[in-house]
Amino acid sequence: MSVAVAKPGEIKHNYLNAGDTVRSWLLTTDHKRIAVLYLVSVTLFFAVGGLLALLIRLELLTPQGDLMTSENYNRVFTMHGVVMIFLFLIPAIPAVLGNFLVPLMVGARDLAFPRLNLASWYVYMAGGLIATWAMVNGGVDTGWTFYPPYSSSYSTSQVTLTIIGAFLVGFSSIFTGINFIVTIHKMRAPGLTWFRLPLFIWAHYATSVIIVLGTPVVAITLLLVAVERVFRLGIFDPALGGDPILFQHLFWFYSHPAVYIMILPAMGVISEVIACFSRKRVFGYHFVAFSSVAIAVVGFLVWGHHMFTTGQSVYAGMVFSLLSFLVAVPSAVKVFNWTATMYKGTIEFRAPMLYVMGFLGLFVIGGLTGLFLASLATDIHLQDTYFVVAHFHYIMVGGTIFGYLAGLHFWWPKMTGRMYPEGIAKLAALIIFAGFNLTFFPQFVLGYLGMPRRYHWYPEEWQMLHVMSSAGTALLGIGYILPIFYLLWSLRNGALAGPNPWGATGLEWKTDSPPITHNFEETPIVTEEPYAYENHHQQEEVASGTGASTTKG
Amino acid sequence: MNNGHDTHTHIVPIKVYLLVYVALLVLLVATVGAAYLPGHHTLLNNVIALTIAVMKAVLVVLYFMHVRYSTRLTWLWASAGFFWLVIMFILTLGDYFTRHWVPVQGWE
Ligand code: HEM
Ligand SMILES: [Cu+2]
Repeated sequence: MSVAVAKPGEIKHNYLNAGDTVRSWLLTTDHKRIAVLYLVSVTLFFAVGGLLALLIRLELLTPQGDLMTSENYNRVFTMHGVVMIFLFLIPAIPAVLGNFLVPLMVGARDLAFPRLNLASWYVYMAGGLIATWAMVNGGVDTGWTFYPPYSSSYSTSQVTLTIIGAFLVGFSSIFTGINFIVTIHKMRAPGLTWFRLPLFIWAHYATSVIIVLGTPVVAITLLLVAVERVFRLGIFDPALGGDPILFQHLFWFYSHPAVYIMILPAMGVISEVIACFSRKRVFGYHFVAFSSVAIAVVGFLVWGHHMFTTGQSVYAGMVFSLLSFLVAVPSAVKVFNWTATMYKGTIEFRAPMLYVMGFLGLFVIGGLTGLFLASLATDIHLQDTYFVVAHFHYIMVGGTIFGYLAGLHFWWPKMTGRMYPEGIAKLAALIIFAGFNLTFFPQFVLGYLGMPRRYHWYPEEWQMLHVMSSAGTALLGIGYILPIFYLLWSLRNGALAGPNPWGATGLEWKTDSPPITHNFEETPIVTEEPYAYENHHQQEEVASGTGASTTKG
Repeated sequence: MNNGHDTHTHIVPIKVYLLVYVALLVLLVATVGAAYLPGHHTLLNNVIALTIAVMKAVLVVLYFMHVRYSTRLTWLWASAGFFWLVIMFILTLGDYFTRHWVPVQGWE
């Protein structure tokens, strides 16, 4: 390797110390610094969304609505949904890990459009702040789905402002998607053919396809709600001559694929971590790569499964139900292939790997319950109950957050040059897993028993299950706060990581940690398949990676 | 900004733009004309109007948006966008056209 590597203790030139004024951060066009800006922002919004979740679970501790009024409860769960989905789950992995890693993994110096990248952060912040402002100024009570005619004709809350916020955030993600697509097409290092790309890149490519082809639709749809609201034009409200189901068609045309915007990047992380900590090639690399693309395409054919009880044509319902079963196939392919990758591997249960194991369990439960919901008849019973709430939390929160935390720990040494403390990181992973299941598993039972979602009072006999769920939230809260502390602590006190503490394959590990501003001293040349773990025994890297075997904590 | 961007742009003669403009106007007149066809051909009218609309969109995309002079990759993405739009229309209209077929008691 022709890369200059810092000796432990020596302060090398890198992207972090390339300038320390606020201005140098706010006007940076370095994808790695923008990733850090996003890291800070999504963490803040996650904290806001998390506090709102705590409020919801606090209210639901007792059968009576004694903590807040119905109106306020509506505002709280709506803002929780809006903040978590638009400001955390959608941008978390692509904008933080993707931004940092896509150029490194393809051997480029930056993304194709660095200034567009910075613009995307500003647009995201503007949208986020507008939504937050709307929340402080009266809030919204429509639910994160903004269904008209309630949102367009009846709600007296800050619908227009929130929609403008969501609209802007949508454009921020379009910018990121365009940047990834062009970078992956045009800027791969010599020798890096499509089938030598890491699966993380394939996942981000598929995600970008969904973003670019889906997000404009939801952006315009939300804008149409605002137009109907402000100018009283009849688009969705039947009283004005509109079609009430049209909104749901347009909204879910984006929002079903959007669930894959959240989960596909996580799946990319899972593939990387599993290969590394099993020391094996990903089983069926081509299948895993193409399943990402298949998900991106087929994901656009199933939106009607959110509309089985709306008065949508029964025939359309049947078609959508059938297609929904198809979309489960590529996800299952991935799970089978990951399992096969671990089979007979040399598995090492580091913290990222624990999150991956958690991901697999939660994703399977979440995915299989999707099949209950995709069946017309069972959905009639389960629609708009806590069963749906549990389903999408298992799959989105379980999937995305576990993937995000796995990736954050896995690449933390690359991003910061320091190791996180292994012991406490493992403990946090276990707490989060336990807290997660305690929070959301009872919700499947509640939903099956008939507890509707979005209500803040309920019959007494369901209290026990609600108490379990709220207790789980407390545990989950502790679990999420821990990484904030020990990761910050590691910035100063963590062991030095060296360029490749895990002995992993992939171009990102062939440069310094933290990387220099231009990523590589010279353009790398790729001569190998990805995940060639069996080819070399990595001993040289493992031995020199000071951090790997001597973590503190 | 990065390694060797393709900075070359195709220069389209004004004549082409004018021709496309005229073609769009002719198609516009055709749409309006079709709406005045005698009788109540709602379905036929819709088909004609949509066909003309697609033709107009293709002209705009190819010439005004320069796709005609762009790389194959741009072609691929433009067609993908179109294909996705078709998915959206077909499945949504699939619901719309079959919505009232099943008689449900108490539901007009
Ligand atoms: C990555 C995977 C998935 C994610 C992130 C996800 C996410 C979601 C979300 C967020 C909702 C609720 C939307 C709302 O009303 O607020 C939902 C509902 C639903 N999901 Fe999933 N889902 C996934 C996979 C699946 C699969 C594989 C199926 C079926 C094969 C499925 C079927 C359904 C159905 C039918 C509903 C509507 C339930 C109802 O409202 O009655 N999901 N999903
Ligand atoms: Cu869906």
